[in-house]
Amino acid sequence: MPDSPFLLTAWSRVVLCCGVLAAAVGCGGSTAATPAPSASRTAAVGDAAALLAKEQLDLEKDELKLGFIKLTDCAPIVIAKELGYFDDEGLSVTVEAQANWKILLDRVISGELDGAHMLAGQPIAATVGFGTKAHIVTAFSMDLNGNGITVSKSVWQQMQEADPKLDSPTPPHPITAAALKVVADRQKAAGDPLKLGMVFPVSTHNYELRYWLAAAGIHPGFYTADDTRGVIDGDVLISVTPPPQMPATLEAGTIQGYCVGEPWNQQAVMRDIGVCVVTDSEIWKNNPEKVFGVTKEWAGKHPQTHLAVVKALIRAGKWLDAVDEKGEFLNRKRACEILARKDYVGADYDVIANSMTGTFLFQSTDRQEQKDFNVFFEGFATYPYYSDCIWYLTQMRRWGQIDEPRDDAWYHETAKSIYLPEIYRQAAQLLVDEGQLTTDDVPWDTDGYKSATSEFIDGMEFNGRRPREYLAKFPIGRKD
Amino acid sequence: MKQFLINGLQLTGFSAFEPVVRLCAGENRPEQVRKITQLLVMPAVAFLMFLGLWTIGAASVETRFGKIPNPRQVWVAGQSLFAAHRETVQQRAAFYVERDAKVRVHTAKAAEMRAAAAVPANAALKERLEKNAVKQDELASRTARRKFSGSPSYLDQILTSLKTVFTGFVLASLVAIPVGILCGLSPTFMACVNPFIQIFKPVSPLAWLPIVMIVVGAVYTTDPSEAWFEKSFISSALTVALCSLWPTLVNTALAVASIDKDYINVARVLRLGPVTRVFKIILPASLPLMFTGLRISLGVGWMVLIAAEMLAQNPGLGKFVWDMFQNGSSETLAQIMVAVFTIGIIGFLLDRVMIVCQKLVSFDSAVSA
Repeated sequence: MPDSPFLLTAWSRVVLCCGVLAAAVGCGGSTAATPAPSASRTAAVGDAAALLAKEQLDLEKDELKLGFIKLTDCAPIVIAKELGYFDDEGLSVTVEAQANWKILLDRVISGELDGAHMLAGQPIAATVGFGTKAHIVTAFSMDLNGNGITVSKSVWQQMQEADPKLDSPTPPHPITAAALKVVADRQKAAGDPLKLGMVFPVSTHNYELRYWLAAAGIHPGFYTADDTRGVIDGDVLISVTPPPQMPATLEAGTIQGYCVGEPWNQQAVMRDIGVCVVTDSEIWKNNPEKVFGVTKEWAGKHPQTHLAVVKALIRAGKWLDAVDEKGEFLNRKRACEILARKDYVGADYDVIANSMTGTFLFQSTDRQEQKDFNVFFEGFATYPYYSDCIWYLTQMRRWGQIDEPRDDAWYHETAKSIYLPEIYRQAAQLLVDEGQLTTDDVPWDTDGYKSATSEFIDGMEFNGRRPREYLAKFPIGRKD
Repeated sequence: MKQFLINGLQLTGFSAFEPVVRLCAGENRPEQVRKITQLLVMPAVAFLMFLGLWTIGAASVETRFGKIPNPRQVWVAGQSLFAAHRETVQQRAAFYVERDAKVRVHTAKAAEMRAAAAVPANAALKERLEKNAVKQDELASRTARRKFSGSPSYLDQILTSLKTVFTGFVLASLVAIPVGILCGLSPTFMACVNPFIQIFKPVSPLAWLPIVMIVVGAVYTTDPSEAWFEKSFISSALTVALCSLWPTLVNTALAVASIDKDYINVARVLRLGPVTRVFKIILPASLPLMFTGLRISLGVGWMVLIAAEMLAQNPGLGKFVWDMFQNGSSETLAQIMVAVFTIGIIGFLLDRVMIVCQKLVSFDSAVSA
């Protein structure tokens, strides 16, 4: 493929060299190092090379519309727009808030949106055919972590009664669902199961909430091919509520707890209607959260544009995570100011800043350092690892969203058809060439699988290379 | 002059201001003063009382977004929305200046490359330079087509909503008026259409919306970058059309069916053809009632549109309200209230426009607000 960016940059270097050579030859006896004077013949040659050296990507489309949901982790898209990173790539990008994940996905599929901020589970579920079916791919992970689980004040009180350790202004973290099990069992016995909210059936939040509950022995309920409510055999009732409505729904008593991204946990805490019990980095340290998704068709039709968008997003991620020599975030305050605008996240600056600037408020008396609550770049956060995709696939199987057993090969093949690290690498290479990125910002040597980790709240080891073995380990959930 | 002003006020439905004109003209002072008190001063007092009650009531309700904003805060929120609009206008202007500058840069580069390619020393690079010159030309023309990519301001949202409601309204009228006339002319046709009218008329717009969205999504498959209209615009407009169809249809049918028999007889005596009969007799005679229907239709359309925009997240005032609700900031309530007043005032103005049209086509002045 002659238009490949590798070749392109390589070619432009060759051209540059030719130009310099030609200039040197043209200058003849005079010192070759002298900068070429303007308007002379030699200058024309030198300029010609310079003219060619600054080639932009050959964009197939330069006016894009990207969708996002009003959550702080839409930051890379918003920052890339506001800081002009998209402009630098020759893109003119409109970003548009969407009402919910379903509308967002439908609009990406219909082509009204070119791409969007998506739940990591969305491209995967769409591709394997749970819910709306469409082949969605991703070449960019938007962030790690960023969610929390909040319970109502009355549930919190009951949890404190069940476990006296929690009855403190600063209870020990992480808090498991063990105390909640007492509450859930009591409510189930009374015929009024605990009702919990999450944002979408294939959202990170759903899997995290289920993981946290199941780790303490609370059965969150199965999905089957015929019954997609996800409540079969469950000890609790988990249902969908759009993120911005979470605090209101909790306040109204329709649900008694929820798992959601920021700022909706912090808002419940600040309005004193709930207590945040656990963050997702405590459930699974550095779990992948959101991705930038496009349809496979779009990616096929617009390869260079896709590359340009990923370049801009990588730069935005790096900007968001930049720290000074003391390890303090350099740009997060500015990012919060931008996100607080009414066209973006729109929540008050203080609420957004709570989680974005390195601390997290569990309850009014309990403010904890959470440096890695939102990770946008550090630790190769934006690299699309196959193993991240596989973890989601295992959870989809664990709770029955994938309705039949699959072998390991299926997991690997599926991951490779959805996650596109090669595009990320091309984009990163271009950025390295331009001096925007250093070589050690990118995991060049990886085969796409993170090393096995047991940094989960229940200490279970996850090795992306062996998904079936992983599934078999859990006491609750489908084991094959 | 006086009569002209009075006629104008009556025509536009602002006859409450009539006594002011008469008073200025020195006509029967005590009587006019009494009327002014009744029609203008008392409503103003009532409005002030409303503001007062609101201020007091607002301070006593605590929500999770803070206290309910009082009129002053809503006013400030309105001003800030307007300020944001002005900022957007400036940004847009700046964008186009910058865009044109970029176009010039690309054009200049293309020229420069062609010039460089013409220099014999560059023979080795010639092909490459020419190819790039073409690319720069392409970039220039593509950049020249670019549109402002910032988010729409509040006034932009209002304009979008107005455009959508009028499109839907026009579509509805284009269907409803001919069908209504046919219904009025032919009792058989009426009997055929009537069941549909009866069943579909009471359907809520929000039930139509998903159907419309799905059908538009399936049928309207033009590439979004080349389409004249956005899908969201079409689905909003069609939803408006589906809901604002019925009042016009029913009123037109009624108007045509109840035309004075004398007119019909005159047409018979004059042996007018069917087309002439429709345009010379039936249409003029049924216009007043037809316009009553159109007026209701536009009102319904406006209400439906806001709901549709909220639910489907189609651009416009409805989306603005929903976005602000989702923001959940301390400004949220005040901004939503600004939107509520805007929607109300625009609805009122649309109604006035229709009243003026209605009066202009009526033979008598009996039709009133």
